[in-house]
Amino acid sequence: MIRINISKKLHLPQGNNELRIDTEIYDRSFTALYGPSGAGKTSLLRIIAGLLKPERGIIEVNGQTWLNTDKKIDLPPQKRNIGFVFQDYALFPNMTVEENLRYALPPQQAPTRVQELITTMNLQAWTNLKPEMLSGGQKQRVALARALVREPAVLLLDEPLSALDDDTRLQLQQELLKIHQQYNLTTLLVSHHLPEVFKLANHVIKIEQGQLQQSGTAAQVFGWQSQADGIHLTGEVVNVETDAVKVLVQQSLITIKHSAQTIHLKVGDKVTLHATDLLLHKLS
Amino acid sequence: MQYQPLWLTLQLALITTGCLLVIGIPIAAWLAQSKFKLKPAVEAIISLPLVLPPSVLGFYLLLAFSPANGFGKFLNDVFGMRLVFSFTGLVISSIIYSLPFMVHPVQSGLEALPGSLREASQTLGKSSWQTFIHVLLPNIRPALFTGLVLSFAHTLGEFGLVLMIGGNIPGVTKVASIAIYDEVESLNFKAAHVYAGILLALSFCILVAVYIVNKHLTRSRLTS
Repeated sequence: MIRINISKKLHLPQGNNELRIDTEIYDRSFTALYGPSGAGKTSLLRIIAGLLKPERGIIEVNGQTWLNTDKKIDLPPQKRNIGFVFQDYALFPNMTVEENLRYALPPQQAPTRVQELITTMNLQAWTNLKPEMLSGGQKQRVALARALVREPAVLLLDEPLSALDDDTRLQLQQELLKIHQQYNLTTLLVSHHLPEVFKLANHVIKIEQGQLQQSGTAAQVFGWQSQADGIHLTGEVVNVETDAVKVLVQQSLITIKHSAQTIHLKVGDKVTLHATDLLLHKLS
Repeated sequence: MQYQPLWLTLQLALITTGCLLVIGIPIAAWLAQSKFKLKPAVEAIISLPLVLPPSVLGFYLLLAFSPANGFGKFLNDVFGMRLVFSFTGLVISSIIYSLPFMVHPVQSGLEALPGSLREASQTLGKSSWQTFIHVLLPNIRPALFTGLVLSFAHTLGEFGLVLMIGGNIPGVTKVASIAIYDEVESLNFKAAHVYAGILLALSFCILVAVYIVNKHLTRSRLTS
């Protein structure tokens, strides 16, 4: 269990300029910090990692205090048992893939950990390459593997898939889920990509303008009850026509006739689609 | 024609560059990450030798080193050390004179590195020292190389400062640039030609090396 209660002055783009969050993150959950750009999601992640100092607050992880400004406790990032994956990967350009992982190895840890992660993340073919030789998706897998070398209790992911193309993104989502389960991690993912949040997270914290708006399961936060029947899709409006809107779901385009609900939509809006009474036809 | 002034010049430049490596990197590292209020003043002091006439710097250092005044008197009384008209004095003034040529490239190199490299190293449990040695320094190799070579080349080219602090003592403070002046004054143009030609060729080769190496390092960083 991670208990967070912090406040930090920030220059947020809109009005409010204080990040104030009081919440709990369950042990071994996959929690998404969801919200628009500039809401304070990344700042919250950096505060948990110890890379950013809040003016006031408490962070407790599994009973251990990482931060308590009243008691003047503030563990440096080195002493917090975390793995952090940066948006720009932050691989060390002077080291090969294997050296990047080896660098992360604490003195008391067996070197076999590096080999194990190379195998788990399928990095065997690139161990002797410098990061510049790798594609975005490959870099991200190395960054993930490196973050796991220390056997962190908490894995912090700062929009790790935002710079990747759709296919790579889908593939890495699977791998994230796999390692989350395999290594019994508590994972925090910063994302403003709705489909990703749905797919990965079993707990969602929605942040807007520095404030916690809602937390719960994806269905609770995004306002629909789970239904036994039918499908739920999430997508983005790509075109608004006079009589219909076009919504991109994964790589499929869906056209929906205008109704009272769709009339206010504009291009770029994130939407959810539900449908019941589906007809299935067997292909002969 | 003697080779001693050339040899003395090389010695001075090598020792100065070595000392600058030890002194300049910590200063550059501190400047690159410091949020100290008076940092602009510190940066200005380090950069002064870039704009001051060497004779001004030489004049003040001469006053400071003089056994008649505070600092020089202290050195003379306590350590029996005289910096004026000595090789040690030349080394110390050269270090001050070339300091910006070491500090600036290294500081810019460090500031240009993405902050996430340092932070990633921290989240991997590494101390600031480990981060600096294993992550930051190896990734600013072109800047380090530029700093080293420019400091060396700048020390080769000193004239006014050496004249003020060191004078013209053969084998002690008579470096090549002073020797050229000396030979011209005594109308010995042949010797002046040799010294000047060697300095010109050396400086040119050094600068070509900087550009070749930096081009290669930059390209290898982008494509390797």
